[in-house]
Amino acid sequence: MSDSTAVAHGAAESAHHEHPPYQRHHFETVAQQFDATNFAMWLFLLTEVMFFGGLFTAYLIMRNWYYPAFVEGSHQLNVGWGTANTGVLILSSFTMAMGVWSAEVRRKGLLVLFLCITWILGMAFLGIKSIEYTEKWEKHHVPGIHWSESSFLNPRSDPEVYKEYHDKPLAPDMADKTEMYFFLYFAMTGMHALHMIVGISILTFMIIRAQAGAYTTGHVTYVENFGLYWHFVDIIWIFLFPLLYLISRY
Amino acid sequence: MSEQNYELEHHEGPHIVSPFLYLAILLSLLVATGLTVWMSFIDLGEWRIAPGVTLFWNPVVALAIACTKMMLVVLFFMHVKYSPKLTKLTVGAGLFTFIVLVGMTMADYFTRAWGRW
Repeated sequence: MSDSTAVAHGAAESAHHEHPPYQRHHFETVAQQFDATNFAMWLFLLTEVMFFGGLFTAYLIMRNWYYPAFVEGSHQLNVGWGTANTGVLILSSFTMAMGVWSAEVRRKGLLVLFLCITWILGMAFLGIKSIEYTEKWEKHHVPGIHWSESSFLNPRSDPEVYKEYHDKPLAPDMADKTEMYFFLYFAMTGMHALHMIVGISILTFMIIRAQAGAYTTGHVTYVENFGLYWHFVDIIWIFLFPLLYLISRY
Repeated sequence: MSEQNYELEHHEGPHIVSPFLYLAILLSLLVATGLTVWMSFIDLGEWRIAPGVTLFWNPVVALAIACTKMMLVVLFFMHVKYSPKLTKLTVGAGLFTFIVLVGMTMADYFTRAWGRW
């Protein structure tokens, strides 16, 4: 503790070392500090809810207007990869929760282990996502100059999807709207993937700090609040998966 | 939990959730994921509420399962069940505002034919 702080708190100096070093001076107790930062983290997450809420609202409106285009667009997504990714992300949420538990019971080895597994699962999610994105690019399903509607104007030209769903050709003005579906698909999953990349970057930093013993001294705020962020990103995917992948699969 | 117990518990820091409970939540989430995929391959039919107003059960079931999964994550993984009332109120108010914003927008869009291709 620096001298200037000691002078500023001269009167309280006798009580100065009765709290852990990670307790900031404007908090009365560690519990109060924990609750305050927790509250702040939730406020941030609510702004994120509103941000993704805009994307979800746009999706719901477009889906209701151009339902046939959204059905055939959705049939182009691979349910197997989508389900696998949902499993990977739920598993990573579990390992993150276990990481928080490890920090709470002050077990450094376990904390580093669970953070590393979470990191690996996060990368696995992005890996699977990149396989899917590559396929979309190859099939000309990325909106823009590389875009082609042939899978929707003539579904038989896409035998792999056709043999599963026997989609009927869309009228040209409805086929146009499949581009809107894929625009929303890339906007929503892309924004979600960006949040994953941010999360994995912070995780890298946390793994290094955890190895130095930063979170196993009773100061769990950082791990707990990062956990909240990670679970939030998981929840976004929990809604993206049925909305984008599971439209009219029967 | 009585107010006094809460105070006592909270002064020692955050509530520590058992790993077994986390494991149970994980399994429930995985089962729910399997269920939502399985249900999506079955035609659950529709409900004609009024002429021109039809409710399709498939998206309703898919969203209900997604909401259940969200609640499990929020309550247990995100510790809201064990959090102070301030956190519970914040999360609840946020969710409520979100539903009002989306619900009102949808009510407007779906009751007019404007913008339709």
